[in-house]
Amino acid sequence: MDPVLTSTLADIVRNAAPLLIASQGELITERAGVVNLSLDGTILLAAMAAFAVTYNTGSLGMGIAVAMLIGMLVALIVISASVFLKLNQIAVGFVLTLLCADLSTFFGRKYSGQQGTEIPYTPIPILENIPVMGEVFFQHNILIYFSLLLVIFVWLWTYHTRLGLSLRGLGEHPAAAYVRGTRVQLWRFVYVAAGGALVGLAGASYSLSVKLGWREGSTLGNGWIALAIVIFGGWRPFRIAFGAYFIVGLRALALYFQQEDVLNLPIQIINMTPWVLMLVTLIFVTSGLAESLLVLVPPRWRPAAQNLLRAKPPAALGSNFERS
Amino acid sequence: MRLEIHNISKSFGPLKANDHISFTFEGGRIYAILGENGAGKSTLMKILSGYQSASSGQIIIDGKSAQINSPHHAIAHGIGMLYQDPLDFAPLTVLENYIEGKPFNFLMRRREAEADLLARCKILGFNLNPHAMVESLTVGERQQLEIVRLLSLGVSILILDEPTTGISAEQKSQLFQTLKNLAREQNMIVILVSHKLADVEELCDEVLVLRRGKLVGHRFLPCETEILVEMMFGKRLSQTSPQPLYTNKPILKIHKLSIPARLFTIQNINLEVREGEVIGLAGLDGSGQVEFMRVIAGIGRPTWADQLTAMIALAGMWWVFGKILDESSAVLNLARIAILILILGPMLKTLYLYIRQRANNAQNAQIMLNGKNIGWRGYRDLLERGIAYLAAGRLEEGLVAGLTLVDHSALAERSSLPHVNWVRAWHRTKQAITDFSIKGRPFSQIQTLSGGNQQRVSLSLLPANLRLILLENPTRGLDVESAGHIWSLLLNRRKKGTAIIFSSPDLDEIIDYSDRILVFSSGQTTLVENPEQMTTARLGELIGGKS
Repeated sequence: MDPVLTSTLADIVRNAAPLLIASQGELITERAGVVNLSLDGTILLAAMAAFAVTYNTGSLGMGIAVAMLIGMLVALIVISASVFLKLNQIAVGFVLTLLCADLSTFFGRKYSGQQGTEIPYTPIPILENIPVMGEVFFQHNILIYFSLLLVIFVWLWTYHTRLGLSLRGLGEHPAAAYVRGTRVQLWRFVYVAAGGALVGLAGASYSLSVKLGWREGSTLGNGWIALAIVIFGGWRPFRIAFGAYFIVGLRALALYFQQEDVLNLPIQIINMTPWVLMLVTLIFVTSGLAESLLVLVPPRWRPAAQNLLRAKPPAALGSNFERS
Repeated sequence: MRLEIHNISKSFGPLKANDHISFTFEGGRIYAILGENGAGKSTLMKILSGYQSASSGQIIIDGKSAQINSPHHAIAHGIGMLYQDPLDFAPLTVLENYIEGKPFNFLMRRREAEADLLARCKILGFNLNPHAMVESLTVGERQQLEIVRLLSLGVSILILDEPTTGISAEQKSQLFQTLKNLAREQNMIVILVSHKLADVEELCDEVLVLRRGKLVGHRFLPCETEILVEMMFGKRLSQTSPQPLYTNKPILKIHKLSIPARLFTIQNINLEVREGEVIGLAGLDGSGQVEFMRVIAGIGRPTWADQLTAMIALAGMWWVFGKILDESSAVLNLARIAILILILGPMLKTLYLYIRQRANNAQNAQIMLNGKNIGWRGYRDLLERGIAYLAAGRLEEGLVAGLTLVDHSALAERSSLPHVNWVRAWHRTKQAITDFSIKGRPFSQIQTLSGGNQQRVSLSLLPANLRLILLENPTRGLDVESAGHIWSLLLNRRKKGTAIIFSSPDLDEIIDYSDRILVFSSGQTTLVENPEQMTTARLGELIGGKS
């Protein structure tokens, strides 16, 4: 296989890792019925904090832990405001986005442009020698491996464990989950905290690996992309993973076109294509056009195909559960 | 099995929803809890099932005092409840719904659960596909799933809240058979909450009547209907069939109309509606009654305005393409076309729908109002010509939750002036409240009213001189008294020559009030000319497709 292509694929796997981690975190948050809209700000703040803590203490583990803690804290603010103060999750999340972004600028001033530590490169023995696959998947650092395992873990959890089944019920119809003995508020807190921690980890993986270092607004926009990927992925782990790789792949393509100048096109157009394609996909899936095309699928596979194309959000997303 | 309740009370602020209710339920018997809307039936059942906790009182099961703080506790004590709108997860499969709520395991154990589910279904005679999505099930099937699920959890006291709303006659008789078997053979206590006297008389052994939170009566069945009605409402209702008021003048003619409905395409509907006539639409849920009314009302089908926008969209695309396509790069052109299609796509979809409908109704299908074809007019236009439609979802489609009665009155006012005449809206509201005896104040928000009062508001908002009113299940969720009041309001309208078309899942209602009945069955329609000679059973057969 073409070595350039292989290394591009490896780059995509590497660069998509933070998006993958953040969107899986948001996935479990939203599956529990809570919208954490603060992703963009949280990732910025966590990236800054991870860098600053590592810079000061020299400990990567400490930096990552603080980043995850920040992500968890912000997520807990969102759900607490919703549960205890009956505030709108979207409004709170939005305000937190802005607040966290500004906080990252404020606290991050003196770390801007400093030389930092990188998470060490740890190829996996034996597996790294597999042709193509080895270079694409097994010659990275530990966070990248984690992002790959996370997708599989989230999928196993949501679809193959009883707790995952409760999780799906939680976001779908909390009252029904409640009469089946699920402790709705408790589990919402748990999943939102876990999701928030993953978002924090995504921030850390930017500043400690993918976009090494810190400068003001370095990850700006990636939180929104992660949110969009969750929608694009129809709240399903593997489709979300596909969405993350797809977006990062298109970006790599854009960069390539920009360097080679093969197309006579302004760069902005190429940069826009991921969003246009995403819109087209969403319209395709939600307009019922996809459903009418299902006729072409053999009847045996139709339910599976239908399931694959579903793009409905959890029905109770963003609502507050109260037993009346 | 023995369930005793002692002095159960529950207050919401000053309102006493349950006031010192005591009773003893015995195993092997089927009980009915009757009462008008707001009598406290649902509250009592929610207390028993653990969804709410009582303010005071005691629940004793088989001689042991039971603390019930959550539905989970209730199930552990053997009390399970089937909610009116089954509390299940729509986008999950039947099997997943069945598994969720079972005693905890880390893994799903699908295969084990599937075998268990199928075995239990077989015993009960239910036919559920474990891999179907719950959202694709009918309400009746969702109830069956809940019943199997509750039984698998070892429930021996089964509470059902209004189980016969929204299920077909066939599913109802199957449900009743199941309940009878459960009570007789497994010595279970079955408690049915209902306001449908016919159902209660058919199924139950004993009746409890609640009124304003108090237990006011207990009777063994059979017992005279009048006595039950009197206990429920404190006074007798005279139930007389309305006098027909129709003339021979047809106002609406439907000729060779075909309508795509959820399950079938209904072919070739022909109907003439006369002035002052009441036509009932009977059929299983989703057989096309609603689609039929919506098509007449000009909702959910392409109208001339939609065609116009589609034409403009096409012309616009033609023009824009001409402007932009002669430039440099092919990729750029492709991107532009993509964006254009994105923007204009919905309009093109309308055009596609229009063409499809045209093709469906190839043989000169017509809907004529007073001799004029109204087939391509929209609802707004038709309302001015005297056709009104009330949907079954009062708060979802008919009224606006969060707005007051005055707001609604102002909204319904058709005026060309840009400002809102609040004084007139207020006066009209006051008038409507007295004319329609609405229990509510002008500035009450609409969702705080009871279902019956909401429906009265809906009726009061209709313009005075209508030619035709189309109603989807006009008495959905109303008790006998409210339903009677709604019907007297509707029947009064006939005096001015207004015709009424309504659908209802309640066959008795259709037989009682219709001058003629249009039966929808598997894509065919049959017109019944003389409903007074009709019985519920015969009508049920027609719906089921037996001619």
